[in-house]
Amino acid sequence: MLKGKVAVVTGASRGIGKAIAYKLASMGADIAVIYAGNRDAAEAVAVDCENTYGVRAKAYCCDVSNFETAKETVAAVKADFGNVHILVNNAGITRDGLVATMKEEAFDAVLDTNLKGAFNMIRHCTGLFLRNREGSIVNVTSVSGLIGNAGQSNYAASKAGLVGLTKSIAKELAPRGIRCNAVAPGFIRTDMTEAQAENPLLGAIPLARMGTPEDVADAVAYLVTANYITGEVLRVDGGIAM
Amino acid sequence: MLFETIAKVIAERTDRDVAEIKPESTFAELGIDSLDTVELLMNLEDEIGMEIELDQKVETVDDLVKFIESKKG
Ligand SMILES: NC(=O)c1ccc[n+]([C@@H]2O[C@H](COP(=O)([O-])OP(=O)(O)OC[C@H]3O[C@@H](n4cnc5c(N)ncnc54)[C@H](OP(=O)(O)O)[C@@H]3O)[C@@H](O)[C@H]2O)c1
Repeated sequence: MLKGKVAVVTGASRGIGKAIAYKLASMGADIAVIYAGNRDAAEAVAVDCENTYGVRAKAYCCDVSNFETAKETVAAVKADFGNVHILVNNAGITRDGLVATMKEEAFDAVLDTNLKGAFNMIRHCTGLFLRNREGSIVNVTSVSGLIGNAGQSNYAASKAGLVGLTKSIAKELAPRGIRCNAVAPGFIRTDMTEAQAENPLLGAIPLARMGTPEDVADAVAYLVTANYITGEVLRVDGGIAM
Repeated sequence: MLFETIAKVIAERTDRDVAEIKPESTFAELGIDSLDTVELLMNLEDEIGMEIELDQKVETVDDLVKFIESKKG
């Protein structure tokens, strides 16, 4: 289904990004696995994609919050794979805390990775998408960005920002056949939510369980291939934010 | 020389005769919007083998010629 397409997945060394890399590889796409620090994990994901699904895959170390690094990484992917057709901005971090005590640095770090990181990657992939007259971008936001969450003002702001980014880019690039959508996961079982096992909000999930990275990956795969959908934010949250 | 290259690319993109493209022609009257201009630059990058980061507004074909010449240094 995605044979011959090249997908860049950020934050693909672990958690949701890893599941997205496997899902897109299972559909035939070649995968650029972008990571920040966990080289061994990222390379293992690339090897798995190649061995299990017979696609080409390679790991790239890239701090997405750095404009120049993002540019160099996209250029390296283009040199290795020849093109980019799909971009999934999944890399993200949390630095939770109450606004009354939050350090400036915690606010900036979260905005830089989650929001500016997505901008940087889109900025540097768009030239390729315009040349191809096709492209599909999926940004991984969060229900925190839709309904807010006490203790996550920085994170929720970054994720709400992603929604605005998604819709603006969808409008700007739609005339060229380039789509941009977002998924908004709720509580998904990954390293990020390790500390959440006791969170009382879990009891409020209508579907009565945490989500899996694969639940999110399925939604991303849908949006990547949904040719008449753009500017959409798809919740994958067991119903918690409806 | 640069003008001729640009005029050729614009003519191809807009289905016009090269002779219709004048230095003083504005992109607006040629029916080229801002996103078209970005794409035009990409075609030009291929043509002249140089990376062009458009960081200012260009209104006429001559503005673009001058902009690229300034980048060539
Ligand atoms: N888990 C949830 O419940 C949940 C809910 C809603 C939204 N989300 C969103 O889903 C996305 C993935 O979350 P997750 O739970 O899978 O997180 P995770 O397990 O903590 O993994 C984060 C991934 O992002 C990468 N990363 C972090 N900073 C980066 C940077 N500056 N540049 C490049 N890569 C960077 C990490 O690379 P390294 O391994 O190299 O560090 C890792 O691959 C995030 O955007 C998150 O906000 C998650």
